[in-house]
Amino acid sequence: MQLYRDDGIVLRTQKLGEADRIITVLGRSTGRVRAVAKGVRRTKSRFGARLEPFTHVDLMLHPGRSLDVITQAEVIRPYGQRLAGDYPRYTAGTAMLETAERFTPEEKEPALRQFLLLVGGLRALAEGVHDSRLVLDAFLLRSLAVAGYAPALTECARCGAGGSGPAAAGGKASRVVPPGQHGAGRNVSAFAIAAGGTVCASCRPPGAASPAAATVALMLALLRGDWDGADRSERRHRVECSGLVAAYLQWHLEHSIRSLRHVERV
Amino acid sequence: MYEGVIQNLIDELGRLPGVGPKGAQRIAFHLLAADQADVKRLADALIEVTERVRFCRTCGNVAEAEECRICLDPRRDPTVICVVEEPKDVAAVEKIREFRGRYHVLGGAISPIDGVGPDELRIKELMTRLTDGTVTELILATDPNLEGEATAAYLARLVKPMGLRVTRPASGLPVGGDLEYADEVTLGRAFEGRRLLDV
Ligand SMILES: [Zn+2]
Ligand SMILES: [Zn+2]
Repeated sequence: MQLYRDDGIVLRTQKLGEADRIITVLGRSTGRVRAVAKGVRRTKSRFGARLEPFTHVDLMLHPGRSLDVITQAEVIRPYGQRLAGDYPRYTAGTAMLETAERFTPEEKEPALRQFLLLVGGLRALAEGVHDSRLVLDAFLLRSLAVAGYAPALTECARCGAGGSGPAAAGGKASRVVPPGQHGAGRNVSAFAIAAGGTVCASCRPPGAASPAAATVALMLALLRGDWDGADRSERRHRVECSGLVAAYLQWHLEHSIRSLRHVERV
Repeated sequence: MYEGVIQNLIDELGRLPGVGPKGAQRIAFHLLAADQADVKRLADALIEVTERVRFCRTCGNVAEAEECRICLDPRRDPTVICVVEEPKDVAAVEKIREFRGRYHVLGGAISPIDGVGPDELRIKELMTRLTDGTVTELILATDPNLEGEATAAYLARLVKPMGLRVTRPASGLPVGGDLEYADEVTLGRAFEGRRLLDV
């Protein structure tokens, strides 16, 4: 087995023995890898802060029997320093790392789109142009989409009704429910997690949530990257959106994302 | 594999930090060959430590009474609290003989991915200590790594309304390491050059 090189985002670090750490990285071409960084906890370590969570690193790795060993690490972008000083951004970023790890359950299975989403998400968080919780929710929705679980937001997830106009036929409706028609007729009226998103009145299962039309519109904006629309949203709709996204995500992952509980809203 | 009691000892030693299976075996056979009185003293020390050591009810440091040696010492400056992650960090800061205030041990750092949020640390206890106005300066000496920085940022923001002087040991501590591994010179310099945290 020979040395290989990849760049990736450090997702998690765990102490190993006296001064080593196991570093979990989401690599651009390798997918998720767990590797040992020897002596990294000593303050004179040549790795220093280069292998801390959030760092985009260029790595040389040596394949090992159970874990690979990191032989070189160079920083490409140290997102961690920007995030650690700002608690809401730090907690949002941590939830991104944990989600990326959950969406890549198989080690060394390439996950390029998930990797690119994570890099984009961390860059947006570090730049601080948008609200950190919006950046997180956009990342979560798009991660779901990459995994094939994008929620229905413009039509009924069960029968397909409610998609307005010809655009709906292509699966890319440009409108969501107009506020006045919310809950009316065969338009989408509720959000049902197990059904896969918005549902019409006839398909609505018991216990489905009834979000505001603006909340569904916000989810759609985040999924599509319409930041002008997302930035204009009201706080109450952001709160409702975060709740739905978190519930939907954890239902599909069949696993809770522990960090989500700690994410702070500015 | 060895006979019952010897293998037991090797297994127990192997659970210690930094001791692998080879090392555990070496220590076990060293103890078997050593003077019985020496081994007895080691055994007594282990029993004593489990029976007598607990955590200081004020600062969370290891203590042999309700409060630790530092909290009980009237010569220690009650107006300054140095916040650290673990009791071993208290020992590290004590070694530099620079700091004459008191401590607060959090019991770790905020790490949401590991399920550790502010509620899992001794932060409420710290806030209680700050209420009577005695403390005027807080030194946030959490580890110079990501979780430590995030914890310091959280605390700085939390105590901001109280108008304390809040500082963080500065440069010299390379980020990414554990405080316990910093040498005395570096740590001493970091304490002298602590910077004000303004959030
Ligand atoms: Zn329907
Ligand atoms: Zn004490």
